[in-house]
Amino acid sequence: MLDLGYYFRHLRINKRIVDTLEQEQILLKGLAGSDKNSIELIYRDNFSSIQSFILNNNGSVEDARDIFQEAMIVLYENAGKETFKLNCQIKTYLYSVCRRLWLKRLQQLGKYNYNLEYLVDIVPVDAEIEDHEKRNDDFNLMENAMSKIGEPCKSLLDGYYLQKKNMQELALEFGYTNADNAKTQKYKCLIRLKKIFFAQYKYT
Amino acid sequence: MDDILLLEEVERYLRGEMSNEERTLFETNRKKNAELDQLVVEHTYFLQGVETFGSIKTFKNSLTEVEAQLISEGIIGLSPLNGKAKIVYLWKKYKRNIAVAASIAAFISVLASGLIVSFTSKLGNENYRVLVDQINKTNREVNKLKSIDAIEKAGTAKPEVDFRATGFLIDRKGYLVTNAHVISRMKNIYIENKKGEFFKAEALYSDKEVDLAILKITDTAFKAVSSLPYSIKKENSELGEQFFTLGFPRNEIVYGEGYLSAESGSDGDSSAYQLNVSANPGNSGGPVINGKGEVIGIITAKDSKADGVVYAAKSRNIITLLDKLKKSNNQYQVIKTPNKTELKKLDRVHQVKKMEEYVFMVVGN
Repeated sequence: MLDLGYYFRHLRINKRIVDTLEQEQILLKGLAGSDKNSIELIYRDNFSSIQSFILNNNGSVEDARDIFQEAMIVLYENAGKETFKLNCQIKTYLYSVCRRLWLKRLQQLGKYNYNLEYLVDIVPVDAEIEDHEKRNDDFNLMENAMSKIGEPCKSLLDGYYLQKKNMQELALEFGYTNADNAKTQKYKCLIRLKKIFFAQYKYT
Repeated sequence: MDDILLLEEVERYLRGEMSNEERTLFETNRKKNAELDQLVVEHTYFLQGVETFGSIKTFKNSLTEVEAQLISEGIIGLSPLNGKAKIVYLWKKYKRNIAVAASIAAFISVLASGLIVSFTSKLGNENYRVLVDQINKTNREVNKLKSIDAIEKAGTAKPEVDFRATGFLIDRKGYLVTNAHVISRMKNIYIENKKGEFFKAEALYSDKEVDLAILKITDTAFKAVSSLPYSIKKENSELGEQFFTLGFPRNEIVYGEGYLSAESGSDGDSSAYQLNVSANPGNSGGPVINGKGEVIGIITAKDSKADGVVYAAKSRNIITLLDKLKKSNNQYQVIKTPNKTELKKLDRVHQVKKMEEYVFMVVGN
């Protein structure tokens, strides 16, 4: 006799996986575009379990928020890559990243005295965390350089490079007589930013 | 002024705004002029930095905004002191990004509907493949019978796997033991055998103190085995006792051997042993078997700072756990742990060969 029970089970399980996969892919796409709804859904689904992990391991609510934000940034950085393929659920990925980040931080603070390591195989995220740390350094360098060039340079460069406004718009906004003047000013600001950015870069 | 023009050209080049002619000319210049080439390389790197900076900044803003909202809903807790003031501050700070986020959201929803279409067609294809398989098999009677046989044996379809560890049978009817921490994060538990067949299982009892859990394979496709060739040791083992282990630090069963190095576990925990053996992620829940073929422990963890320091729960805990389980529900009186070992007189290779039939991967999501 044909085991129909098997077929139903088989279909149901596949359907469930497809449903989750589909949802998770949509969430990842949303995340890659900084979509607030996707971010919110991921927060709602995962924050509390990460929080209890951190609270159970010597951390505070603020630590949990911090670590969770950082893990979200790791996921964001990867979600945008075409080559990135999530081999597990978002939940597991975030847990794995948060766990790694938190243990690392505890070690840095010298608070990690607990040497027991469970021997369960969870998704490996070490390489991605390393990448993230490198990018995070770059981010901090750029943020620092941006804060040092002062106004109107900061807003001018932000307007041109990040908000992609053209020179006419910027001239109008910043009160330059014409686009060429705005261009000269932008150039001066840019040289300053690059100088500060690359100078710090050499020391790291 | 020349510098300004030059940089403008570089940026146009990098943004791909040049006409074919312009680009060819620019590239020829770049080859001839090392300084220009250097500028292009440097500026590319710099602009990438700016780009990444911008996108992460936008993302961080969205994160903080969502956080602020969830804090106000009480979903994210706050330490009492900096409660409300901070919310207001965050809210004001990030209010201006809402419009941007909303426009991105509109764009995303278009993407999302495209995704649904592609996924549904994929699901359709999968169903199709299953049916074709069946039709081919009905053509030949013998094959059909074979296929039904295979289906009955096969168990559950390959599930999504997020965690992998080890477990082994303690009763021939499909009761297993593994670590409590192995299953603590699993919603769905599966047992995978050597052939790559999956069987749905559920946790009957879990004790975090000794870090053990009793599982039962609930999948009807699982057939009870005739008997187990090893026994579960109820007494303590002696310092220096030699043993071997089996487990799944890879997708394939891995053998290891070592000796009992201390009669207590981490921090003097008397319910565990310290072992000297190599163990890696995936080994959790694996049996520790002495030369006579008695299970003396279950691998639980290792010391991340010391070499070869591995901890195992003592085997008598399995008996204690089963007693508690039986007390809690009479239906589990049927569980009978094996008390005779058939491995005593065999050499190691044959011991392992017999034993590995009963050691499984415990996987789940």
